[in-house]
Amino acid sequence: MTDMITTGRRLPDRLDNPVKSAALSWESLLVLVALGIFIANSFASPYFLNAWSLSDLTFNFTEKALIALAMALVIITGEIDLSVASIIALASTLMGLALQYGADTPMLVAVGVGVGILCGAFNGFLVTGLKLPSIVVTIGTMSLFRGIAYIILGDQSFKGYPASFSWFGQGYVWWVISFELVLFLVAAVIFYVLLHHTNFGRRVFAIGNNATAAQFSGVRVDRIKFVLFCLTGLMSGIAAVLLTARLGSTRPSIAQGFELEVITMVVLGGVSILGGAGSIIGVVLAALIIGLVTFGLGLLNVPGIVMSIFTGTLLIVVIALPILWRMYKERRA
Amino acid sequence: MKSVLKNREIWLALAIVAVVILVTLRFPRFSQPGNLLTILNDTSILMMLALGQMVVILTRSIDLSMASNLALTGMIVAMVNAAFPMIPIPLLIAGCVLVGAALGGFNGMLVWKLDIPPIVVTLGTLTIFRGLVFVISGGAWVNAAQMSPDFIALQRGSFVGLPVLTWFAIVVAALFYVLMTRTPAGRSFYAIGVNPTASVYTGINVGRTKFLAFVISGAISGLCGYLWISRYVIASVEVASGYELTIIAACVIGGVSIAGGIGTVAGALLGALFLGVVNNALPVIGVSPFWQMAISGAAILLAVVLNARGERSKGRVILKKAEGVA
Repeated sequence: MTDMITTGRRLPDRLDNPVKSAALSWESLLVLVALGIFIANSFASPYFLNAWSLSDLTFNFTEKALIALAMALVIITGEIDLSVASIIALASTLMGLALQYGADTPMLVAVGVGVGILCGAFNGFLVTGLKLPSIVVTIGTMSLFRGIAYIILGDQSFKGYPASFSWFGQGYVWWVISFELVLFLVAAVIFYVLLHHTNFGRRVFAIGNNATAAQFSGVRVDRIKFVLFCLTGLMSGIAAVLLTARLGSTRPSIAQGFELEVITMVVLGGVSILGGAGSIIGVVLAALIIGLVTFGLGLLNVPGIVMSIFTGTLLIVVIALPILWRMYKERRA
Repeated sequence: MKSVLKNREIWLALAIVAVVILVTLRFPRFSQPGNLLTILNDTSILMMLALGQMVVILTRSIDLSMASNLALTGMIVAMVNAAFPMIPIPLLIAGCVLVGAALGGFNGMLVWKLDIPPIVVTLGTLTIFRGLVFVISGGAWVNAAQMSPDFIALQRGSFVGLPVLTWFAIVVAALFYVLMTRTPAGRSFYAIGVNPTASVYTGINVGRTKFLAFVISGAISGLCGYLWISRYVIASVEVASGYELTIIAACVIGGVSIAGGIGTVAGALLGALFLGVVNNALPVIGVSPFWQMAISGAAILLAVVLNARGERSKGRVILKKAEGVA
């Protein structure tokens, strides 16, 4: 979507100082922003610096952040998945339906996760098998998946999930450490290793930088993209289990608008929307920042819709600032 | 004859006729002229929005903020009307177009001057504009009782047998047709969508052209802000929430390529009309309105599968396997 004209790259006279370049990296900028918001929060509200408050804070972002981890990989390959929130709606609805037929907790989890993977595979097939642009495909499946949830539920809702199921969304592993947080941290480590320390991860970056060259280098582009869509479906399925367990009920409008928040997290985390660049640490930090902002504003009784102004502005400003800084430096040079 | 068969607008028109005929077979009153005009009138706003979105998509961009822009402009105009009922309606409409164009221009400037990808910019402004609706209204509604009678009545009136709202759509469609096919600006939207690099060498300013596209989609959103509010006589934070995707769906169904450079005014209009006909037919044949969302999703997927067949690049194939990847 950017101009295709690129100027020749100048060779630098000397290599960058590693300490300096680490200090100027995107991740350190995010750490600074997160620290700033954290400090501002603790000044703004006396209720913020409290173990239970901070624990509640994590519920604000864990479900979305789980999806953001997988979405980061999809976006790095130059694709996008807008259907994640609708996958949650469909998975949650089918879990509710399974509950009506007497499914127990393991069965409910299996249904949620299984539906997620199937939906992801459907997206993946349309994108890689039929060679369709992912943005249109997932706008279509976004309507389709949530539409099926509406067909099943209409204006009704499913309730009455067993207590052992609710534990996934409401339970604590130890003291204030919730199951959701532990799951997110484990997933973050797995995705970090997957993206930054495996062949698979290198291939993901290769596809994002030049899919044709990657294909000629023996990377199975379509297969990897297919796997990534399944992975995003899987994470959405897991998020559906957590969210349904936390809320204790299913309506077809569940998780409405999540897709935009997930993509905001990914882009804020420094993943290039054009593909080819990004890091899991950045995404985790961005998730934390969004969690901090929304929770801090919540403590100040700022309504949710006004918070969305902050997230939207944060998204644009954090992306615009480095560009403005670069333009300023180029003008001086 | 072959070119007629390849023309996707004709296929889409046939699909719409087929839906109308199928419904009419069971419910003869569906295709009475009066009902068909109602459908056309119901779809007018979507048609105009789809045209605005089409111009943006042609330039390889996307505008996700149209529905929020519509809600914000609509709230502003409703509040102005409630506070100063004496301001004449044409002036209010002009104001809407200007406010909408300014909001679109904000998107456009970020895309043009800072070169931020349009999907990121409009994802941000989608939430910002919608949040601003809440801020300026304090979460309150503006309802029919607070609006002036003229404000509500204008588009309900009729002119030469058609509702004024339909006339708005006809005039806007005609303007777009002239813009896209008879002006240098219109051609440059296609040019930068097909090949941005070549466009630069032909003297087109790619950034400024994208900016112009966003101003156009913004102006249309602003205009539709007034039309939407005066049609449904309620201005609230939730107005047209999620509608941005319906607009894109209309474009995709109408054959506008998300990769840029392909799309026609007739296609976008028919895409919107198709969604309008289907949505109107569902309650008639006794299908619960809860089916609407799934059906439009299926329609988008079907349309994109069919479009992709026509769009495959016909360039020289050097290595067969690389064709789909690039």
